[in-house]
Amino acid sequence: MHIDRRERNFIIASIVLMFVFAVFILVSSFVMKIQVPQAPVPLGRVNPNTVATPGVSPWGDPVEERLRQVGPNQYEVYILGQAWSYQPAQITIPKGATVTFYVTSKDVIHGFDLQGTNINMMIIPGQISTLTATFDTPGEYKFICNEYCGIGHQTMFGTLVVEP
Amino acid sequence: MFKTSNKLAAWNIGLGMAALFIGGLFGPLQKLEHAGINLYTSLQNLGIASYYQGLTLHAVLNAIVWTTFFIIGFFTFVIPHSLKRELTNPKLNIAAFYIMVVGLVMTAVPILLNLATVLFTFYTPLMASPFFYIGLTIFVVGSWVAGWGFFATYITWRKEHPGQPVPFLAFGAVITMALWQIATLGVAVELLVFVIPWSLGWIEGTDPQMNRTLLWFFGHPLVYFWLLPAYLSWYGMVPKQVGGKLFSEPMARLVFWLFLVLSVPVGIHHQFLDPGIPQRWKLLQFGFTFALFVPSLLTAFNVIASLEIGGRNRGGTGLLGWIRALPWDDPSFTAQNLAMILFAFGGISGLANASYNMNLALHNTTWIPGHFHLTVGSAVTLTFFGIAYWLVPKLANKPLWNRKLALAQAWTWFIGMILMSNGLHALGLIFQAPRRSMLGAAPYASGEWQPLLIESLVGGLILGVSGLLFYANMIGTVTQKKQAPAPIEMPVAEPYRNDPSPAWLHTWRPWLITAAVLILVSYGPVLTYLFANMELTSPGFKLW
Repeated sequence: MHIDRRERNFIIASIVLMFVFAVFILVSSFVMKIQVPQAPVPLGRVNPNTVATPGVSPWGDPVEERLRQVGPNQYEVYILGQAWSYQPAQITIPKGATVTFYVTSKDVIHGFDLQGTNINMMIIPGQISTLTATFDTPGEYKFICNEYCGIGHQTMFGTLVVEP
Repeated sequence: MFKTSNKLAAWNIGLGMAALFIGGLFGPLQKLEHAGINLYTSLQNLGIASYYQGLTLHAVLNAIVWTTFFIIGFFTFVIPHSLKRELTNPKLNIAAFYIMVVGLVMTAVPILLNLATVLFTFYTPLMASPFFYIGLTIFVVGSWVAGWGFFATYITWRKEHPGQPVPFLAFGAVITMALWQIATLGVAVELLVFVIPWSLGWIEGTDPQMNRTLLWFFGHPLVYFWLLPAYLSWYGMVPKQVGGKLFSEPMARLVFWLFLVLSVPVGIHHQFLDPGIPQRWKLLQFGFTFALFVPSLLTAFNVIASLEIGGRNRGGTGLLGWIRALPWDDPSFTAQNLAMILFAFGGISGLANASYNMNLALHNTTWIPGHFHLTVGSAVTLTFFGIAYWLVPKLANKPLWNRKLALAQAWTWFIGMILMSNGLHALGLIFQAPRRSMLGAAPYASGEWQPLLIESLVGGLILGVSGLLFYANMIGTVTQKKQAPAPIEMPVAEPYRNDPSPAWLHTWRPWLITAAVLILVSYGPVLTYLFANMELTSPGFKLW
């Protein structure tokens, strides 16, 4: 098959370009550790119909107990999404804290987009979404639902307060 | 010779355009709401209960009904004219039209009654009326029947012309329908096996992660179903319209085969942020997605080279002077060339979305509608307008009503789209403003968003005006008394070179086998995993 020389060079350059981009992406995810959400290991599944029941899972615990300190400057927070709010809706942590978020839904699919961080996850009933971030800058960070979940979708958000 | 297929093409295209008109009305309404002007309260008297019902109508009518009817209508015209023989079984294609209309009505009624405000992706466990899902299934089956009519015509032509390569336009159309047949298997399984029985109460619960995955098996090749007809025009018609030739017909055929093979094994790039998909499958499909970008880069080279031939034939000189020599007074060319320019930006923003962890910055922000209005809303829709500027006069046997109006339409679409999609991209990237949201009523919206919301609103209003210009011209064309002074011919690009192209570009089996293997490798294990771990626990929710 005849391929014009200029076209052939363009094809080679295109393929090389895609490889270069792919390498950058893989470095950013595996070396710099900017990772996408995954289910926690071992297999993280919950039953959305019972997940909020007290005593059944961490998401059933009282709201005040959802943020847990697990080490010096290390926290875990168990957030439950539901139409149309997060529980807890306000979380306060000290500057420098590293927080692992465990989020699930008791009804429909929601989003969880924590502004100013790389944390952006789909919250799917039956599944647990998890990502970790470290908060070095004091301030208020909103986490917003970015997946349509009904008529009140645009009101669904929470606030993470990082104290100085 | 083509009386039946021409008439059927006209009906499909006309119905598609009617759908786009209604769906398009909601665009400016949405932009106004985002900027703080909520007209939905007054619309409640007209039966639109909410922003989200309007958004469901906007997306279903624009992204499913307009596109599918136009594409099938376009192919109903192109295939007979390209093969120089009428459809072998016109009754099949006519039946397809009626089946699609039945499906459309069955889907539209629940949406209009506010029983299916689930948006066009209908993610479970939001649950619509069963008629919504059944209607969608019937609509898709109708589109299959249209494809079977095209396949039958193609097979008959091949028997009548043994050993001859299929003319390029018919070839591209048939590959597009083959891709559609494969792609729709995902959503068909989702609807028939899981969602319809659940919505009818025959199964108590559903697994939303499973359903989402089956939808996106379909959802990515869907965009190539939209895009390939535009590519078909850019490769196979526009070069003729600019006095040029198709720079490399073998490469164009190769690109269509590559899309057949690579469009499906990539759907999980819409699910990078899903918790229930193991990382290795996200990475594998990220790799396939980057491979899928290459045929579009090839298209850029081949199409621009073809245009350059035309520009230089028309007397253009210099490195870029040939661009000015192109027929900018021809609205069909101008609309399609502006569509190509917008697509370049849409392709780039799409590549960003596909870049695995880069998706963290972009997913479900307004960057996403910024992206897809450049692709389906411009590369596809504005190209279809460009095609309509010769095809509708051809089918009506009347001249285009107002050439200057058509040019104004193309340029206003271009300018409106740049403003609107720039605003949406920036809002999403800088502020993580969410998509699919009544931003005007969002308590977390910041005053800092306002300038971009206004930019996006101005763009959206200009697009609305542009749309009206298009419809005025279409209605003017078909209702005027004037007849076309000379018969309008379908533009068919000639190849620049006449080298024989290799046999493997004209044979299906290796490509279909490769497509099947890639789908098995990329989706087999992950679907097996999801099925093995499936928990049908979610009941339906009606939250609107």
